[in-house]
Amino acid sequence: MLVIQQLVNGLMLGGVYVMVAVAFTLIIGMLNFLNFTIPALFMFAAVLMYATMTGTLPFGNDLILLIFGTDYRWIAGIIVALVTIALASLVIERFTYRYMKAKYGDATEHALPLVSSLGFLIIFEHFVVSTWGSDPLTATSPFGQGTYSIGTIIFSIPQIVSLTLSLIVVVLLSVMVKATKLGRALRAIAERPDTAILMGVDVGRIVPVVYVITGLLCAISGVLFTINYSTVDAYVGDTVATVAIAGMVLGGLGNVWGAIIGGLFIGMLEVMSIYIVGADFAKVPIWGLLLVILVFKPTGLFGHTLIGKGKF
Amino acid sequence: MSGYLESQLIILCLSIIYAYGIFLPAASGQLNLGAAGFITLGAYASAWFNASTGAELPIWLSVFLAMLFTGGIAFLISFPILRTRGVYMVLATFAFAEVVAGIVINVEELGAAAGMPVDGHLDVTVIVPVTIFVILFCFYFMSTRLGVALRSIHDDENVATLFGVNVRAAKVAAFTVGAMLMSLGGSLYGHHYNYIEAQTFNVLLSIYILLYVLMGGTQTAWGPLIGAVFFITVPEAIRGVAESAGIGWLAEGRFMLFGAFIVLLMVFRPEGVMTRTLQDRMSGAILRRKQTSIDDAAVRS
Repeated sequence: MLVIQQLVNGLMLGGVYVMVAVAFTLIIGMLNFLNFTIPALFMFAAVLMYATMTGTLPFGNDLILLIFGTDYRWIAGIIVALVTIALASLVIERFTYRYMKAKYGDATEHALPLVSSLGFLIIFEHFVVSTWGSDPLTATSPFGQGTYSIGTIIFSIPQIVSLTLSLIVVVLLSVMVKATKLGRALRAIAERPDTAILMGVDVGRIVPVVYVITGLLCAISGVLFTINYSTVDAYVGDTVATVAIAGMVLGGLGNVWGAIIGGLFIGMLEVMSIYIVGADFAKVPIWGLLLVILVFKPTGLFGHTLIGKGKF
Repeated sequence: MSGYLESQLIILCLSIIYAYGIFLPAASGQLNLGAAGFITLGAYASAWFNASTGAELPIWLSVFLAMLFTGGIAFLISFPILRTRGVYMVLATFAFAEVVAGIVINVEELGAAAGMPVDGHLDVTVIVPVTIFVILFCFYFMSTRLGVALRSIHDDENVATLFGVNVRAAKVAAFTVGAMLMSLGGSLYGHHYNYIEAQTFNVLLSIYILLYVLMGGTQTAWGPLIGAVFFITVPEAIRGVAESAGIGWLAEGRFMLFGAFIVLLMVFRPEGVMTRTLQDRMSGAILRRKQTSIDDAAVRS
C-alpha cells in the first residue's frame, strides 16, 4: 500500500514537472535552444504568488488588499504572476531569440540565446534575493490541507486539482499545435525558420507568442507550486527545472506528449528513489537515466530526429 | 597583502584555472556544462590520496594523481559524450556532473553529505605560480598543431575533416586535458580551504564558468583569462564602490547588473570580448613595424 501511496505522490509531483518540461520542449522544438529563463520565470511566478498572498510585494499591497480582501488574495496572486510573467517573456524574447544568428559564422553561435537566457536567470534570481532575501519563504495555503482518500491511499485535493489543470492545459496546447493556424505556423518555424518566412509566416510576430505561451506555462506551474508546497525560495526554479529537463529528454526533445509522459515518469522515479534508496541518493537514478538516454538514444522515447539535429 | 585581497586573488586564480578547463573543449565548439563534476572529482581524489585515512601520499603527488584519475575518467566518458552534439552535449555533461555529485554525497569514506576535511595546505605562493603556468600552458597548447586543429573544428568541422584533421581524437584530447585542468583547480581549492563538500560544486558554478569562457570569447586563449578576470573583479569593485558611496541597492543587486551585462554583451558582441580579429588588430601595429624593418633590410641588401 505504501508503494502505491508513493506512486500517487510521485504522480502529483510529476504534475509540476510536466508543465515546465513542456515549456522547455516547446522552445527547443520550435526555436532550437535550451531556454534557461524557464526556471527563472517559474521561480518568479512562485515568489510573486507568495508575495501577493502575504502582502510583501514591493508595491501595490494595499490596493490588492482593498480589492480582494485577505481571503481572496490568492486570486490577485494568480493575476499578478501571470501578467508579470507574460510581460517579462516579451522582454526576454526581445533579447534572446532575436539575436540568435551571429554576425560571423561561429561554431558556438547556437550558444548565444542560451547565454542570454542564463543572463536573465541571474537577473531574476538576484532580484528575488535582494527583494525577499535568500531564505525559504513560507505562505499558508489558501485551501488548507484538504485530502481525499480511497481506502488507505491519500490524495491531497490541491494536488489533484493542479495535476488535472496541468494536464488540461498541456492537452489544449498540443491540440493547438496540431490543429490551429498558429500551430501550423509554429511547426513551419520549427522545421526551418527561413522557409517559414518565404511561406508567409510572420516569424517576428509568432515567436513572441511562443515565448508568452511558455512563460504562462511556467507561471501556472509556479503558482500551483506555491499553493501545493507553500515554501518557495530564489533557487526553487533550478531544482524543478533540472528535473524537468530530465523528463523532457526522456520523452524526446521537441515532443509535447513525450514531455508529459517523461515529466510524470520522472516525478514518480524521484519519489520512488527517495522511498527506496533515500533522499541523498535520489539524484543518481534520475541523472544516470538521463545520461544513458542522451548517449544511447538521444531522441528519447518518443522524439523524432529532425528537431535539434541540425543546429543543435 | 591584506587578507581580503589575498582571498580575492585565490578565487580569481581558481576561476581562471576552471575557465581554461572549460575553454579547451569550447575552443573546438564543444560546450561543457559539467565543470562542477570534474572539479568535484579532482578535489575529492586529491583529498583522498593525501588524507591520513586514505593513501597518505605527499601533496604534490596526490594533486598529480588526482589529475591523472580525473583525466582517465574524462577520457572514458568523452567517447559517449562526444557522440552527442550541441544542446545534447550541454545536457549530457550537465547530467554527468549531477551523477558525480550524487555519488560523492553517498560515499561514507568521502564524508558523504557532511563534507570532507583536507589535510595538506597550499597557500597563495603555490596557487599563483600554478595559475600562471596553466595560462602559459594554454597559450602554448593553442599554438600547437592540436590547438590549430581545435580552432579549425570550431570554425567548420566538415572542412577540418576534409583537411585531414582527426576530429574525434582532437575533441577527446581537448576534453580530457580540460578535465585535468579543472581537476587541478579542484585540488587546489581543496588544499587551500582544507575542507570540501559536494554542494559547493553545484550547477551554478558550472554555469558561471561556462559564462566566463563564452563572455571572454572562445576564439583565442585570451578569452577565458579576460572573462574570469573581468567577472571576478568587476562585481567586487562595484560592491566596494557602492558600499563606500553608501548605495545599498547597488551593492546588493550587483549581480543583476552582471546579468544585464551578459544579455547586452550577447546583443552587441556575440563572439565574446576577445576575438581573433581584435587580437590581430591589436597586434597589427607591431607586426607592421616588423614588416617594414624586414622590407628595409631587403632594400639595403
